[in-house]
Amino acid sequence: MGVTQKLGNLGVVTTTLEQAINWARTGATWPLLFGLACCAIEYMSTQASNYDLARFGMELNRASPRQADLMIVAGRVTRKMAPVVRQLYDQMADPKWVISMGDCASCGGVYNNYAVVQGVDEIIPVDVYVAGCPPRPEQLMHGILTLQEKIRGERISDWALTIRQEA
Amino acid sequence: MVADAPKTFQLDMSQWQGSLDELRGLVSERAMTGETMLLNMGPHHPSTHGVLRLLLELDGEEIVSCLPDVGYLHTGIEKNIESKSYEKAVTLTDRMDYLSPMSNNMVFCLAVEKLVDLDVPERAQVIRVICLELSRIASHLVWLGTHAIDMGAMSVFLYAFRERELILDMFEMLSGQRMMGSYFRPGGVWRDLRPEFLPALRHFLDIMPGRIADYERLLTNNPIWIDRTQGVGIIEPDVALAWGVSGASLRASGVNWDIRKAMPYSGYEAYEFNVPLGEHGDVYDRYMVRIEEMRQSLRIIEQAIKRLDTAKGGFRSDNRKFVPPPRTELGQSMEAVIHHFKLWTEGFSAPDKEVYVSIESPRGEIGCYLHGTGGNKPRRVHFKTPSFMHIQAIPVMAEGHMIADLVAIIGSVDIVLGDCDR
Repeated sequence: MGVTQKLGNLGVVTTTLEQAINWARTGATWPLLFGLACCAIEYMSTQASNYDLARFGMELNRASPRQADLMIVAGRVTRKMAPVVRQLYDQMADPKWVISMGDCASCGGVYNNYAVVQGVDEIIPVDVYVAGCPPRPEQLMHGILTLQEKIRGERISDWALTIRQEA
Repeated sequence: MVADAPKTFQLDMSQWQGSLDELRGLVSERAMTGETMLLNMGPHHPSTHGVLRLLLELDGEEIVSCLPDVGYLHTGIEKNIESKSYEKAVTLTDRMDYLSPMSNNMVFCLAVEKLVDLDVPERAQVIRVICLELSRIASHLVWLGTHAIDMGAMSVFLYAFRERELILDMFEMLSGQRMMGSYFRPGGVWRDLRPEFLPALRHFLDIMPGRIADYERLLTNNPIWIDRTQGVGIIEPDVALAWGVSGASLRASGVNWDIRKAMPYSGYEAYEFNVPLGEHGDVYDRYMVRIEEMRQSLRIIEQAIKRLDTAKGGFRSDNRKFVPPPRTELGQSMEAVIHHFKLWTEGFSAPDKEVYVSIESPRGEIGCYLHGTGGNKPRRVHFKTPSFMHIQAIPVMAEGHMIADLVAIIGSVDIVLGDCDR
């Protein structure tokens, strides 16, 4: 249904800049084409024909972090990989979000040992945690919808705060 | 965000930076003077199938040398298993080669069974064969989809994953989990086949031959596909053997080596199937061999379904020292309660000796070395994994080719970095 049918012949739609920008950002998050382990395979399933992530405006994966604004950390982050993950995150342009997919990325999962970083939130800030080992595609989608809800509620004052903190 | 959780890991970005001097001796002297270019591919690269890092030395677009750097997914699984009892360790093996968790389960369970001398009933063996072949098809489908996407054929990925979902649905019926089912346990499988499983499998067997033909229609005679794959990444049979290449990648070079035939396990000697062989050992042959392997797997599953009716025994061993009793017995038998309690708290003990078993995983030969202690935990577990061997062989195949061919080569040997790094 188009806007004209929804609103009749009003001709003018008023909204706030904040809402307009959030609306635009919500439906077009470009994820970074980035997988680490098992969860990346579930992430691929989520993208493929049966689950069709394109419904959420997320079918366009960018291999370059410069073009991406959502990082889905899919899999266990090892100590050797941690600086790489951090660098990729730093290379992404603001505004950017992070979904920590799966138990390993969220808290180290079953691997409480010398090799695995106990949660990706030790190196980068995380917006949404998705539990599961690996999470089902439905769970990941729920995580994505939760993130979209979060994006819809973001405030201009918060953006300014984030930028000031990072500067 | 969990704000106050104490950090256990100090990030050191300098680890990720290095100097050219460290590469002296690994790359040619021409790279030191700047005559050839050094290019870093990965660990974040869509075509490296995970977190493989390749350091390429390039003369123009031609690859002079290729240095694989692995370990970006080293998880310490082998070490973790040392602190788990044998049955609990099965869960960890799932997550090594995450495209075919059942093969990892299988090799670990076979090792445990060999260590404690535990027999597996015939029916359990047949169920295992069905699962192994299904996971072979599922793994090959992921390989096919990602390999094709690397070469620019986007649609194959969508078709391949459509069929893979059917297999994952069946795995979910069996184990309750789509991917990491931990369905195989020492002594058999976790539970019997569900009533809805066989109709789903029947449906899959009916439609799958047509679907494989569809993939072939998209790729086999496609001129672009042929140009990109034929004559690329050739590996001679003796070189392949010397580098420890196994599985479909070895058979594409014409070496007839399939562990299901050479050293049968789980009753594979009773099934009729062909081992497809290639001639040239190039990317195209590796593609053809895997496509044919999917058809052979379907053949094996057909035979396995027939054997299910006549196979003796239950879905797991009745040896109560190693296998927990059924839930229904717990209310009636004191012995059952004792066995259950012992197995789930302490686990079973295995003698202080070492065993090695290997099976044919979708990628190649996966082996498990297991050393018991006499107690309930292993002293050492080691997995010999095919991806590790195949990554070693990538430079042999890639040298002298263009960068674009390297993408085809990486895809064709079918590596999984979880399998390599563990």
